Amino acid sequence: MAADVRVPIESDADIVTARQQGRALAATVGFGNSELTLIATAISEVARNIVEHAGRGEVILSPTEANNSQGIVVVARDQGPGIPNIEQALRDGYSTRGSLGLGLPGARRLMDEFEIASKVGKGTTVTMKKWIHRNLTEFPLRPRR
Amino acid sequence: MQVPILKQGSYLIASVQAALTDADLLDLRDRLAVQVGVYRSRGVVVDVTVLDVMDSFATRMLRSIAQILRLRGAETVIVGMQPDVAFAMVQLGLRLEGVSTALDLEEGLELLRRREKGGSNHGR
Repeated sequence: MAADVRVPIESDADIVTARQQGRALAATVGFGNSELTLIATAISEVARNIVEHAGRGEVILSPTEANNSQGIVVVARDQGPGIPNIEQALRDGYSTRGSLGLGLPGARRLMDEFEIASKVGKGTTVTMKKWIHRNLTEFPLRPRR
Repeated sequence: MQVPILKQGSYLIASVQAALTDADLLDLRDRLAVQVGVYRSRGVVVDVTVLDVMDSFATRMLRSIAQILRLRGAETVIVGMQPDVAFAMVQLGLRLEGVSTALDLEEGLELLRRREKGGSNHGR
């Protein structure tokens, strides 16, 4: 199994690095192309959240396995101001910065599992996972009658 | 990496060559806003064929580019959106409302020409 990858996030250029590293790791895990794009996009959103709200933090990418399924775990962690109202932050269109407000709720839609732990004044950790869905990619084509 | 902007007749072509940082997108927006005036361009094609990710920031920037250029008298067409990128954008809930798109550079230029001939600034 490939090793964990840690990407320090300090500027907008690191957002690009994080999503490229995430795509590369997910490819070695065995994800298909369209899932790679979903994963890279979700990483981009959570990494940007770090840059915009905390200034700095890190994204940790790891392969994972459960119930015979392969997957990827993305942890985005910062010691920024924290999110006072997580429910609100996960609502579409909610933004404190004039953005589209689709970053976190969007990332949640792109991944299979999504959790936020946040403490005001201490920081925020977003953990998200995606699994390879073999039964979906190997959808059998029935002959037409 | 700075996006090169080429002039072709009365149109400008911004051809993205590599992954874009937020700063690159802001720079592209600012240069296009100036250059449509310098070259008196009526239309701009932004070619995003090489982009493998279009996140919420990039989408917002493309929308503002199109709106700013319209205020400057030029139409914007985004071309080359990859299927996987389009799929991810829809999943994420991102829309390019009010921004014209075309399959590739050729189609994009054709769309601008047709629109100029038709004399309509707002046709889709």
